[in-house]
Amino acid sequence: MNVTYLDAIREAQAKALAQDERVFLYGQDIAGFGGAFKATKRLAEEFPGRVLDSPISEDAMVGLAIGAAIDGMRPIIEMQFADFSSLAFNQIVNQAGTHFYRTGVPVPFVIRLPSGGNKGSGPFHSQSLESLYAHFPGLVVLMPATVEDAYTMLLDAVQLDDPVIFCEHKLLYYHLKAEKLPTESLPIGKARIARAGTHATVVTASAMMHEALKAANQLAEESWDIEVVDLRSAKPIDTDTILASVARTGRILCVAESFPWGGLNAEVIARVVGEGFHLLDAPPLRLNSRDTPIPYHPNLWAAHRPTAASITTALRKLLGF
Amino acid sequence: MLLARVLEDKLASLYRSGKIVGGVYLGRGQEAFSAALAVHLDQSGGDVYAPLIRDMAGRLAFGEALIDPIRTYLGSPLGPMRGRDGNIHRGRPREGMLAMISHLGAMVSVVNGVLLSRRLRGIPGQVGAACVGDGATSTGAFHEAMNQAAVEKLPLVVAVANNQFAYSTPNDRQYACADLVDRAAGYGVMGYRCDGTDLEECLDTFGEAVRRARRGDGPQLVVGSLLRLSGHGEHDDASYVPASVRKSSLGGDCIELAAKLLLERGWADDADLATWRSEAVGQVEEVLEQVVSEPLPDPMGETWCALSVRHLCEGNLGA
Repeated sequence: MNVTYLDAIREAQAKALAQDERVFLYGQDIAGFGGAFKATKRLAEEFPGRVLDSPISEDAMVGLAIGAAIDGMRPIIEMQFADFSSLAFNQIVNQAGTHFYRTGVPVPFVIRLPSGGNKGSGPFHSQSLESLYAHFPGLVVLMPATVEDAYTMLLDAVQLDDPVIFCEHKLLYYHLKAEKLPTESLPIGKARIARAGTHATVVTASAMMHEALKAANQLAEESWDIEVVDLRSAKPIDTDTILASVARTGRILCVAESFPWGGLNAEVIARVVGEGFHLLDAPPLRLNSRDTPIPYHPNLWAAHRPTAASITTALRKLLGF
Repeated sequence: MLLARVLEDKLASLYRSGKIVGGVYLGRGQEAFSAALAVHLDQSGGDVYAPLIRDMAGRLAFGEALIDPIRTYLGSPLGPMRGRDGNIHRGRPREGMLAMISHLGAMVSVVNGVLLSRRLRGIPGQVGAACVGDGATSTGAFHEAMNQAAVEKLPLVVAVANNQFAYSTPNDRQYACADLVDRAAGYGVMGYRCDGTDLEECLDTFGEAVRRARRGDGPQLVVGSLLRLSGHGEHDDASYVPASVRKSSLGGDCIELAAKLLLERGWADDADLATWRSEAVGQVEEVLEQVVSEPLPDPMGETWCALSVRHLCEGNLGA
């Protein structure tokens, strides 16, 4: 049996609906149609009345989830694309993010954000917004890179008592496969050593983790031994695992698909420099997408985001110090 | 209504003497419209209420203890917001009173969520109410939530206190329709208009709206015309309100008008009114005396954690 990353997300939602009557799904085109990416295929039939189409009202979708969560439910909201969550920004950061701190009442719900670029998706269907949401207090921001994590982290997210921004990568939906669904996983908030190495550390997440592994394999042919840390969670950041890796390698490159100004890469490097400066044998580097809107044509898009090739180039620079 | 007026007069004087930080926002002139909705809600029966900035009267009518607004305005760690939020941004969500955020229109969809939850849980007969002003009707959040409630046919009552000015902006710069109640037809919901200075009319209108929502007729939109008899906050002298508007019927004081009605009908006399006022003053003074003697928030005792799952708070990872 082959399970894709998208299957894993679908199956996690099916399991969440089956095992917890507080769970319901709300989003655009997710009921009979099964969602723009089919992440909720047939769930409306299997769980009548619990998979609901919403109007095109991102603000009200999240507001409704917050109200239901206050009342004891565990909603999962599907944003059709991560990019459209900007329309719900106020509810996410000002209502959901502040609610527990202000009132002492948690708001457990999950917003699924189909994130990241794809050929031809252009400026408004390609964004990676984890850094934006991680900036605000009161939110947990997850970024599964594997089929296994897509499944277990989504189930864990539903059971978490706080709002979770679940950044799933569209590029991984159909192509990333595993033999079966996992039965156990690392806890939320823990990073994973995706590839052990000794010469340099790449800290990354989501689809970029796979680009980083390709770069590491390429450099392995030249006897460079690259460690790849899959963050899994943008907030919290597992600083301990990162520092332990840098202690082994002395070199760090952070890779993310999000825009370059500030953000997850900058945060990781700030922590490494602040807490592990003595561990560094070279200046820390980062690689992001370019500081322009995400371009439409595949030729431009391929040069806009980090790739195995650009990661390899950056690693050569890092190893050359 | 009277208790709200007396309490807010006291809060205003505490603000002017520097004992309240941030701001004080009064519902003066809007007490009848505010309370008339809330008295038709059943807090213990599970109704949910999302008051806004000028709903002290509604909050008290819904069942808020007098000590909650006083503790919140003074930032007491014993209040519902524990000094973490202040003034009108208070609530007890588990007891049906949602804690508003400042962003207008944002609470309506949250009420929708509670109501959808009740439906999914198979709990019938409970209603939700959300309060906004004329300004909030211009927001996308208000529009999305009204439409959402209509699509789901939720038992929602929305009270629009049309007090003619959003801060200083007059209605002719806020909307171009003849009457805000016309919006109801666009959403496919029931609309009502009432004189927001007339307690009896407000009570009748909200009584009908809540009854219809409760029996399953879907969302109800009630627009009350009135005037805020104060500034936006106590820092604002409302000099932008023309004298002609102040002197119009919109500028009537709903508490004075209600008192007049009671006297005319023989339901109370001057002595009763004086007694009620002095009792309200006594209650406010007593609670205030208690709250000012309570401890202040202590930064050293703060969790500084915005998540309920403590070990995921940044800085506590692995702890």
